[in-house]
Amino acid sequence: MSTTPAVPTSVPQTEDTGPTKPRKLSRLEKRAIATKGRLTSPWASLTAVILAVLWTIPTVGLLVTSFRSEIDIRTSGWWTVLPGIFSGEAEFTLDNYDQALYGNGSNLSEVFVNTFVITIPAVVIPITVALLAAYGFAWIDFRGRDLLFVGVFALQVVPIQVTLVPLLTNYNQWGMQGSFWTVWLSHSIFALPLAIFLLHNFMKDIPRSLVEAARVDGAGHVKIFFRVLFPLLVPAIAAFGIFQFLWVWNDLLVGLTFAAPEYRPLTVAVAELAGSRGGDWHILTAGAFIAMVVPLVVFLLLQRYFVRGMLAGAVKG
Amino acid sequence: MNRTTTARRRRLAAVATGASLALVLAACGGDGDDGGGDDMEEGGAGAAEDIDCAAYDEFGDLEGTSVSVYTSIVEPEQTQQENSYDAFEECTGVTVDYEGSREFEAQLLVRIQAGNTPDIAYLPQPGLLNTIVSDFPDAIVEPPEATVANVDEFFSEEWKEYGSVDGTFYAAPLGANAKSFVWYNPAMFADAGYEVPETWTELMELTETIASEQEVLPWCAGVESGDATGWAGTDWIEDVVLRTAGPEVYDQWISHEIPFNDPQIVEAFDTAGEILKNPEYVNAGLGGVDSIATTAWDQAGVGVLDGSCWMYRMASFYATQWPEGTEVGSEGDVYAFYLPTDQTDMQPVLGGGEFVAAFDDRPEVQAFQTYLASADWANQKAIATPEGGWFSANNGLDVNNLASEFDRDAAALVADEETVFRFDASDLMPGEVGAGTFWNGIVDWLTGASSQEVTDQIESSWPM
Repeated sequence: MSTTPAVPTSVPQTEDTGPTKPRKLSRLEKRAIATKGRLTSPWASLTAVILAVLWTIPTVGLLVTSFRSEIDIRTSGWWTVLPGIFSGEAEFTLDNYDQALYGNGSNLSEVFVNTFVITIPAVVIPITVALLAAYGFAWIDFRGRDLLFVGVFALQVVPIQVTLVPLLTNYNQWGMQGSFWTVWLSHSIFALPLAIFLLHNFMKDIPRSLVEAARVDGAGHVKIFFRVLFPLLVPAIAAFGIFQFLWVWNDLLVGLTFAAPEYRPLTVAVAELAGSRGGDWHILTAGAFIAMVVPLVVFLLLQRYFVRGMLAGAVKG
Repeated sequence: MNRTTTARRRRLAAVATGASLALVLAACGGDGDDGGGDDMEEGGAGAAEDIDCAAYDEFGDLEGTSVSVYTSIVEPEQTQQENSYDAFEECTGVTVDYEGSREFEAQLLVRIQAGNTPDIAYLPQPGLLNTIVSDFPDAIVEPPEATVANVDEFFSEEWKEYGSVDGTFYAAPLGANAKSFVWYNPAMFADAGYEVPETWTELMELTETIASEQEVLPWCAGVESGDATGWAGTDWIEDVVLRTAGPEVYDQWISHEIPFNDPQIVEAFDTAGEILKNPEYVNAGLGGVDSIATTAWDQAGVGVLDGSCWMYRMASFYATQWPEGTEVGSEGDVYAFYLPTDQTDMQPVLGGGEFVAAFDDRPEVQAFQTYLASADWANQKAIATPEGGWFSANNGLDVNNLASEFDRDAAALVADEETVFRFDASDLMPGEVGAGTFWNGIVDWLTGASSQEVTDQIESSWPM
């Protein structure tokens, strides 16, 4: 929590970094500086650091474990190697990674591609559809718009577990079970209510005068959408895109239920690594890290959008 | 991504696997010769000459068809399963599409409900067969004559019964495991001058001797297993019920002809408690009695390997759970002896296995079902499992084909005339008990509740 309010400051800050000529500070900037002052109290920093450390410990443990040998993992805790790291006595190995990536038929390297094939359309499809729907809800007046919007909004409360069996039954009847399509479609279905809601709120936020000015200039819906709204929406799209990317990448349930074995995503493959009776879980640590790499990179590269977009959706009442 | 490297690695791996398989096969062939000469050395696993292809003629021309199989058996055992189908595929031209999932039991029900059933599923317990037959009456198809004939020929009456519901036979047995084993370290026993105990009394004496002579406690145990925590403890109790009360009482206990808190069952809990709840006997190298509940079943026995524990009662499939490089054998790092009994007229063995249920009656599915119930498959599977860790109750299985000494011993034990085989009780009891209160009851029992309290509690949860 302590980090969230700090974010608005970062936006004007980044704009301030360039060598600009001295000018009067705007109200926003003054507030930003004030907030920054309040947040940089040593206690707040300390709390933030403690929280960060606490949250990171399990991941560090997983990372350390993934480099230890099977017998070490089974007989002692990962923290026991910590003193050994400095004295050079700790023994590390890449065996787990080798086994997870190329070992006995598990072949995570191959499944990696599947996850990409699943994830990218499962991000693009809902965003495309949601953008169109959100535009309609925000800027086109039609009968029953509010009712319909509430309906879409309400769909968010449907837990996806409830839909698994009916969806699978339908896919079966349509003869498309087990293909990539079922996975893409399912992910899109589950993502749309939130996507429409978020993007609609963002679009609604854009001043009406802007859209009206465009209309006066003779722009139609398509032109307004692409020329006026789209450039302003990029951060929101990016934010939702990251959300959806992480969600689909980490999803186990949908992949497990709808994907045929040859199309199974990384998460399903990693879950199988533990072996029939769960005895091979030492490979899981390595598998988990392999699965984690891509979301981590995406998050680090795009985190600016992530937080900015999150606020865009949340602050709006 | 890095496609070429992957492909190259895979090719290398394939070549390596092939090479090692060939080596093992050559070794097997040698053994076969000594043991009376069979034709194994010519073709090896996956060659159609090794099996009787004529058995599948009655199903017509199956060339180009395929059968989907859904199971809970995943890598590394998956490859061995798939290899064991090669001979059948070569014979008939059927392609077997194998899919293994650790989420099998939940997903299978979802699939049945959605109408997306596989052709064949390997059910890991008769309880699941019961559930499916009663909840989805038309889902499971009865096996063809040929399969039934195979089962009658190669399996005992007991095993056929486990694949039946209300007198109707549905599912042929596949693999088997035996749970009445105690893992120990042969070298440690030899150094200390201990003998493998032959009776329960000797076992308790040995336990007492170790407890008084050695610094290390005699037994280690662990029942933690995620959301199935407790099952390892139920096996302990079941094994003891078979020994103190006998197989008949055991059957009545499962069918609820006697209540769960019958005095004979309480006595079995107490007998098991003499080891499991005695802080002087457990929990070697892991903590106090209550640490049993929090130690993972697959971790608990590792102490046998490094000498921090003398004995660990765990099923035959523990053979594949040892860390890589562990030699399982009577001369090796670890081995197992039969959990002994004071009964003189029989040796009860607790065990489990998988059952083949079919959801379709296409000829290729029936042919494959028949193959799986045959002695041919059992032998092919034995050959396709060079690392060991597999056996079957199929009496057509030539034990010389089994790769490891332990598998041969386990298979011999199950096939022994003296042996009274009983299926894991918790797999046969109603789900609320067998996969619910019995498991939880074990945890309560290990963390302080008395045998009477626990059995009363489980009895009250038995569905009416």
